[in-house]
Amino acid sequence: MKIDLDINGAPRSCDVEPRTTLLDALRDNFLLTGTHAGCEHGVCGACTVLLDGEPVRSCLMLAVQADGYAITTIEGVATSPGELSVIQDAFCETHGMQCGYCTPGMILTAQALLDRSHDISREDIVEAISGNICRCTGYGQIIEAVQFAADRLKKSNAPRGHKLGTATDVGEHDAPLEGVLEAAEADAPGKGPTT
Amino acid sequence: MKPAPFDYVRPGTLAEACELLAADEDARVIAGGQTLVPMLAMRLARPARLIDVLRLPELSGIREDNGAIVVGATTRQANALDNPLIRASVPLLALALPWVGHPPTRNRGTIGGSVANADPSAEIPLVAVTLGAEIEAASPDGPISTPADDFFLGAMLTTIGVGECLSAIRFPVWTHKRIGVGFHEISARRSDFAFVSAAAQIALDDDGRCLDAALGLGGVGDRPIKLDVAALIGGRLDAKSLTDAVAAATTDLEATDDLHASAAYRRRVAVTLCTRALQDACDRANGAEVRGAAR
Repeated sequence: MKIDLDINGAPRSCDVEPRTTLLDALRDNFLLTGTHAGCEHGVCGACTVLLDGEPVRSCLMLAVQADGYAITTIEGVATSPGELSVIQDAFCETHGMQCGYCTPGMILTAQALLDRSHDISREDIVEAISGNICRCTGYGQIIEAVQFAADRLKKSNAPRGHKLGTATDVGEHDAPLEGVLEAAEADAPGKGPTT
Repeated sequence: MKPAPFDYVRPGTLAEACELLAADEDARVIAGGQTLVPMLAMRLARPARLIDVLRLPELSGIREDNGAIVVGATTRQANALDNPLIRASVPLLALALPWVGHPPTRNRGTIGGSVANADPSAEIPLVAVTLGAEIEAASPDGPISTPADDFFLGAMLTTIGVGECLSAIRFPVWTHKRIGVGFHEISARRSDFAFVSAAAQIALDDDGRCLDAALGLGGVGDRPIKLDVAALIGGRLDAKSLTDAVAAATTDLEATDDLHASAAYRRRVAVTLCTRALQDACDRANGAEVRGAAR
């Protein structure tokens, strides 16, 4: 069956079998492999994409059902190639990932949450990502990343979806805390905090 | 795993959907697909043809009609949760909805889909049975209306026959001034299926006497059940009267045994959750803040 989609702002079409999930169509037909296949039965959240701005499981949806919808994948959250979105930046800075497999789903879930409001509590974040499983159990930093991104978006004067200005505008968050070793330094023998 | 091949049809009208369903016994309805798609992927379901009813205008929308709130079958769970009419007039459904899956599945999952799937531990069927909702379906011979209590025949089994398509759920609205609701659930993990869930709704008069009371249990048997708490009506409610009513209503409770929980555990938890749900409903009807019950 022929389907027409709007993927990351561009009209795309393809011919799929009715049994093809949206997840497989995105990965195989459009080569958007940032959407990860995890459990493939709706439990893990690695395949989360935005359907008209709302997070959904792409493994629990047939591609033919998505006909006519606007889809945002992880490839479409940054403003231009080589850039990172505010949320992606926040994940990098707070180490909101370990193996990174769940990260696209986490970022898109966070994106939908922050598109709605920048005034969010820790409970809102926990509820929003309750359907996304991280097997590295790194939720602490992921929650911190979303809080950090919310804080930045709230303080920025930029329209939504735009990157913040220069690094110096970001202020204290970018500067390493006093007494914290740079990662490479901390790993070097004899340079650990206990010596 | 991937689903076995099937045909996919998106009919333009509800009548056309019923015709397609009547013409082929191996055809199945798909709407949100949050339960059906994983069943297809695991090949537990192998329909020859899927009839996608999600875009049928007749099946969507939430409206007030003759003392009831009619929720179209394809209304998404997330939309029902945000709906002011449901919050105001069917508060028990609004209280139970955050327990249904998690935000991404609620964005696709439909109210009618959950009812048609008839999982014994699902929250929406429990609310429908507790409140005495009517389940409406379209068929080639015209509309059919079934009380929720008769609609669920067993686990994943309903009165829906070949050629019929669930169209709406009609939730009765309690018109009393002071209404309170309570909902409690025990599951292994957040968003998992419930071992036991309990839903309660209570109406009080100005003097604090009970005008009406409803209590339902999910997860203990092969379908949601309504418990008889008529003994509460007319009296003043306190901890003792609630405990007594729950004890009387659950004496002959038959619970199922499975991998997750024993029947004895389910019976014990059922009594506790029923009491808590009724207590929350009472407190809310009395205007008290109830903490920790919402998700």
